[in-house]
Order: sequence, then structure tokens, then C-alpha cells
Amino acid sequence: MLQSRTARRRWLAAIGLVSVSALALSACAQSDRGTDSSGSGKVGGTFTFGAAGAPKLFDPFYATDGETFRVARQMFNGLTTFKPGTAEPAPELAESWSPSSDGLTWTFKLRQNVKFHDGTPFNAEAVCANFDRWYNQKGAGTSDAVSQYYVDNFGGFADGAKPSLYKSCSAKDANTAEVVLTSSTSKFPDILGLPSFSMQSPTALKQYDADNVQAQGDSFTFPAYATDHPTGTGPFKFGSYDKANNTIELVRNDDYWGEKTKLDKLVFRIIPDETARKQALKSGDIDGYDFPAAADWEGLKKDGFNVQIRPAFNVMYFGINQAGNPKLQDLKVRQALAYAINREQLVKSQLPEGAKVADEFIPETVGGYAKDVTKYEYNVDKAKSLLAEAGASDLTLKFYWPSEVTRPYMPSPKDIFGAISGDLEKAGIKVEAITKPWNGGYLTDVDQHVPDVFLLGWTGDTGSADNWIGTFFGNPENRFSTGKSPWGATLAADLKKADSTPDRDARLKVYEGINKQIMSEYLPAIPISHSPPALVVKSDVKGIVPSPLTDEKFGPVSKG
Amino acid sequence: MLRYTVRRLIQLLGVVLVLSLLVFAWLRALPGGPASALLGDRGTDESRAALNKQLGLDQPIFIQYFKFLGRALTGDFGNSTGVQPGDSVVDIFVQRFPATIELSVFAIILAVIVGIPLGYVAAKRRGTWFDNLSVGGSLIGVAVPVFFLAFVLKEVLASKLGLPSVGRQDAIGATRVTGFFVLDGILTQEWDAAWNALKHLFLPAIALATIPFAVVFRITRAAVLDVMDEDYVRTAEAKGLTAQVVRSRHVLRNAMLPVVTTIGLQIGALLAGAVLTEKVFAFSGVGEALALGFERRDYPVLQMLIMVAAVVYVVVNLLVDLSYALIDPRIRTR
Repeated sequence: MLQSRTARRRWLAAIGLVSVSALALSACAQSDRGTDSSGSGKVGGTFTFGAAGAPKLFDPFYATDGETFRVARQMFNGLTTFKPGTAEPAPELAESWSPSSDGLTWTFKLRQNVKFHDGTPFNAEAVCANFDRWYNQKGAGTSDAVSQYYVDNFGGFADGAKPSLYKSCSAKDANTAEVVLTSSTSKFPDILGLPSFSMQSPTALKQYDADNVQAQGDSFTFPAYATDHPTGTGPFKFGSYDKANNTIELVRNDDYWGEKTKLDKLVFRIIPDETARKQALKSGDIDGYDFPAAADWEGLKKDGFNVQIRPAFNVMYFGINQAGNPKLQDLKVRQALAYAINREQLVKSQLPEGAKVADEFIPETVGGYAKDVTKYEYNVDKAKSLLAEAGASDLTLKFYWPSEVTRPYMPSPKDIFGAISGDLEKAGIKVEAITKPWNGGYLTDVDQHVPDVFLLGWTGDTGSADNWIGTFFGNPENRFSTGKSPWGATLAADLKKADSTPDRDARLKVYEGINKQIMSEYLPAIPISHSPPALVVKSDVKGIVPSPLTDEKFGPVSKG
Repeated sequence: MLRYTVRRLIQLLGVVLVLSLLVFAWLRALPGGPASALLGDRGTDESRAALNKQLGLDQPIFIQYFKFLGRALTGDFGNSTGVQPGDSVVDIFVQRFPATIELSVFAIILAVIVGIPLGYVAAKRRGTWFDNLSVGGSLIGVAVPVFFLAFVLKEVLASKLGLPSVGRQDAIGATRVTGFFVLDGILTQEWDAAWNALKHLFLPAIALATIPFAVVFRITRAAVLDVMDEDYVRTAEAKGLTAQVVRSRHVLRNAMLPVVTTIGLQIGALLAGAVLTEKVFAFSGVGEALALGFERRDYPVLQMLIMVAAVVYVVVNLLVDLSYALIDPRIRTR
């Protein structure tokens, strides 16, 4: 009895201790909510979108990933934007612009009475401050991995290590900015509509040390501006990023220069698992999510959800590496591969509704698309005879395909690989199948010219042909090893010339010619398909215009 | 006792050091790497090489390792490259560990409050329909894979009962104090936040609790059966002690020894189960970070989390050993 009494006393003491410490803790644990009781999450004005991953940061200049861009698009505006649902440039913070006849000097007339979220006025000086900021990156900021979109589109920085497209910017008056380039390019001014080149508040950039990116250990660290203080001119302002709960909250910008949003809050909820996103939509935890798997479209529609299909703005191609099997340097062999693949059937059986066979490397919506290119209809006999002519009837190919990935242009790599390799075998080509995880060796092997043939693709950033074929073949040292053929360098030079042709109509003509040549004389790879990605929302969500560039703005969204 | 504890702690240090080297080398031996994860299909060979150089990944592995150790000594374990890019992995751990603990504790509580009484009653009524039914049920509990159960729970319960199926809490602007959301809600008296967090715990905890429940149940049942046949129980009954005293002081207390061991071991297993459960329920804990880290080749995050998981496992085992002493005085005196 004695023992049990001490035991009981010990228990009482323990309970007492716990309650005292709980009290002590609660004394210092004040609710930060204040008296505002509207934060119950059920207010009609909250739109919750399921994101597949954490955004890298909130400063779009350093962003390279779709998750970051999606959030940034809601907080920032560019000088230009894209007409909703298209890839055509449209005015945004710049009301109009005009190039000089040599395409080097661009004059932007700016929208007036626009303020950044921190109250800083938007004017020509702010525009130049942004251009200068991009150009004057230092240290880790000049890394491809950090400033990828700048490097891809503008080239080098002020340090002069590589030539830069940007030369200078000056404020002619408060509402007129003049930007001077070092060469004429088809990309300009379209690229100014990309989230990376959004206008950011010069005051906030300075105050929160925005350019202070560091390479540290085996990763990068970003300054407070990028993590906590993004400051733009968009319809939403940054609210908070609750990392412990994987949610990002943006709030309405009541001083927005355009039509103010009806939503009180825009919430992004990070749900990395695809099935979990689908179930979260069904159980009502989220109002929509991006890139539902094509296999789910039917089911989601049947359950009353609104699957919004974007215009296809990508290409999947069957990559050919001329540095691989030497027979691949023979045009006849490459043409045989094109005839051997039943693309019609592949698109019908493996790709989502709305997908199309790709006759060239750019979709119809991109300027420079040629209507009358050489087409390769499915024809096994022709493939066989071409192979025989080339003395390659016993062709064996190392065919690489990626695992652990789906891309908007390639929903199920395994099935697509299966279909294509079946076609190749029918034409008498032996296939040596090799698979590697996307991040686990696939991409590196492709770029190190290990495969003979491979599956890959591209999602366009802008509607300029340079963003597509310029990226693929603009440098003869590419993943297709076009430099192995005498025409590789010619093609690269032609592409460069086309890009720097200032007159738009003349330029598009040149691109049409190049596209024809690529498909008839060169055939460096085989374009397979353009497939439309989708996003899905509840049926009562209105105001989203599906964009080929995934450039959906949530400002006009309303519920119910 | 003290010497024993100290010896075990030194052992722990050795384990951590060896493991850190193994994990470090092993991660880097995997094909691909952060460069291809960061640059994706936009990367070129050139840009990947430049990035590897910038991140020091082009250096010999032992140099990388010693640099890592040097930084680790100053408390810098690196920054995430893929899970929450740019964040220090220590911060990521600090943010996410409470989620995993909250989930695991809730799951283990569920397993224990259902498993122990059920095991005791089943043993008392050995051979009855109740016993057979519970043994059968526990078999199913062990046999059903967590991912399947999670899926079913979400499809059926989440939609029907309106229980939330993803995340730890709705975006209700709750105040953060300790990182344990339920506790935070109670401490700050934001009752809606606490309740909301509790609702979010429910489904993942059930999914996670099934296996420990089944194990706890079966061990309790077996242990109680064992103890009930002991002479001292018969003696206690014979000298006229009430059934309640016999049950609590003689049967249960002695039967608890193996049960506590099992619970300890199950906590280790729970961490493994949490990887899957957290991923399926988008429960932003350590397990989800591990799963994502592998997908995105996030070396610093993986290093940190694998090490911590190992340390937790070893520490829990140590605690179990120490708790024997509390339950069974005979061990204490030895």
C-alpha cells in the first residue's frame, strides 16, 4: 500500500509539473491573430490551388521552375504580357512600344499612376533600375542555375565574360523608357512578358538586399527579398509562406491599377503527390490543381470538375544522336526512322485528347510555322527500303527513355517508348532499350551523347521560333550532335541570322524556309507530337483562361 | 546505470560518424545529381558542369566530405536544393520534425489505447469468438499495405465524413509557437486551429497506426496469457486480492515489459511508415521531405534526415532499455 501511495504521489507530481509548464507556455504563447475573425478559411473569397512543389523563392528573376512562376504571375506585372489564351505579346505596364529601324533601340511608353505594393511609384526610372539590376548580377547571381532565364535570353552580364544582349536603359521622361540592345532579336520584346523579367520595386530590392545570392556548400541561399519581401505591382500582394504547413497566402492588392480581384485571398497548397492532389480536389480541400494526368481527365469530368485544356505549346521529339551509331549520320537512315514510326497511332493511343502529330518542331501558333513541309507518313516498306539503300538493314539502336518523370509533352514515357520501339522493330531495327531516372542520369547521358536515340521535348516560353528551333539547333554542339554533319554549322548560322532580322514579316519568311529545310534536308530529329496540358478546377470557379504558356492569371477568378 | 548510459551515448557518436560517411558517399554514387534536378530539360552539359563546379561537386569525394564535416561542426549542414530550395536543412528539419512527431505520437496513442485493452480482454477470454475475431482483425492490420489503406481511407472516409485528406491544417492563419499544431492551438487558445489540426491528423494517423496496433495487440495478448499462468498471480488471487488489484499490479505490470519493448521498436518502424503516409496525405513532415529529397536529388536534405532518423532510432532504443529499469526494479539493482 505504501508503495502504491508513493507511486500515486509521483504521478500527481508529474501531472502538476505538466500543467504548470503548459500554463507557463501559454502565458508566453499569444495568439497573433488580433481581433480579426475572418481567417477561418471558409470565407467565400479564398481560392485554393494545389501546387505540385514548393516554389524555389518569390523573386521571379532567379526562378527557373513553374511552381515559382505560377505564384509570381499573381504578384507581378511585366512591361509586356501575353494576350490571354495566346502567346502573342500584349501591353501591360508598358502601354505601347516601338523599335528603331535597326531593331536596337526600343522606346516604351509606360502606364501612369501605377504603384508598387510598397508605395514606390512605377516609372521609367524603376524600369531602368530593373534592367540594370539584371545586367549587374555578380558572383552566384551570374550562374546558369540561378539566373537561367536571363542567361538564356540576354546572354552575359556586366562582367563581360559573355556578350550580352542588353546595352543600356535611360529614362527619357517619367513615363518613357528607352532600352538599347546590342543586336536585333526576334525575342524582344516578347520575353519581357516572362515572369522572370517582371518589374520589381527598386526600393524593396535595395532594402532587402535582393542581389545577395550566395553559393554555399552544395546549394544556393537567397536574400530576404526573395524569401519574404517580393514587391511587385500585381493584383495580389505577398502574404505569408507557412512552411510548416506547406501553404502560401497572397492577399488582395486594394491599390491595383487594373481591375481589382474579387478574391480576398489566394492560397497555394503544396501537395507533391499527384493522387493526393486529385483526392484533395474531390474532398473539397482545394479548388483546382495543375497538370492532372491525362488518364484522369475523363473521370474528373464525370465527377463534375472543369478540365480546362490549354492550347498545345510544346513538342515531343524522337531525338537522334549523330555522334552515336555512325549510320545515323546518313539522312536516309534518319528518314527511315521517320517513316517507321506510326505517329498517328501513337498520338491516338498514348496522348491526351487534343494532341496532334507534329510535322515540324514548332506548333502552328508560333510565328514561322511552315505549312508545306516534307511529311513522313507511316510507311514500313519505305523505311525498310531506305535502310537497305543506306546499307543499314541490320541497324541496332541504343534507345534511351526516362523513368520517374512525366512531362506535359510526354505523359507516360514508358508507354510512348513501348509504342515507338515496337514500330522500329517492325521495320527490322533492333532496339536496345535503356532506361534511367530523369534526374538520375537520363538528362546527363542525353547531353553527353551516350544514347543513339532518345525521347525528349520542349515547352515554349514565347511565341518566337528562336525559343524553339534556336534552342535545339542554334549551336552545332547540341544533344543531336548536328555538328557531325556538314550542315550543322550552316543551320546554326542561318538560325542566328533569322533571329537578328529586325523586320517581322521578313523574319517569319526566313524561319519558314528553315523549317522546311530542317524537315526535308536535315532531319536532325523526328518531331512526334504537340500535346495539350490541362488544369482542373471546381465547376463553380470562373475566370481562368487556359494559356499555352501556362500564364494563367488568378486575378479575374471568382467562385460560385 | 550512469556508466551504462554514457557508454551507449559514446556508441551513438560512433554510429553517427560512420553513418554520415556512408550516406555521404552513397548519395553521391547515385547517377544524376542536383545539377540535373535543378536545370531539368533546359540544362546543357556545359551548364551542368558549371553548376557542379560552383557547388563544389566536381571535387574528389573525400574533400567534399571533409568540407562537409568542417561545416557541420559549426552547425551548418547545408541548404536544400530541391525540397525547399535555399532553406537551411536544419530549419527544414526544425519545421518538419514536429509534424512527424505529432503524427507518430497520435498514431502510437491510437495503437496503444486500442491495442492494450483489446489484447488484455482477448487473453482473458481466450478461445471465445471475441478472441478469434480480434486475432483475425490484427492479422488484417499487419497484412494491409499502408499505401492501400491510406488510399481507401481517403477515397471513402475523406469524402463521406468531410475529413480533410491533405496537409496539416487549412490556411486559417494560426499562430505558430511550438510547431505542434494541435498544441499550438491549445496554447494560444485558437480552438478552431487546434480542432482543424486534429481533424487533419485523423486519417493519416489511422493509416499509420494499423501495424503498430496489430503488433501491440498481439504482444499484449501473448504476454498476458503468459503472466496469467504464473504462480504469483494464482497466489495473489488466492490471498483474496480484488480482481482489479490483481489485474493492475500483478498481471498488467508484469505483462507490460515486452509490450514496452515492442512500442519502442515500433516507433522506429513508424518513422519508416511515416515516409509513405506523409507523402500520400501531403503531411508536411520529415517523411515527405525524405521522399521528395530522393526524387529531386537533394543531397543536404537527405544527409540530414537519414542521419536524424538513424539517431532517433538509436536513442529510442536506449530509452527503451532505460525504461526497463523503471518498470522492473530487478534490472535497476543489477
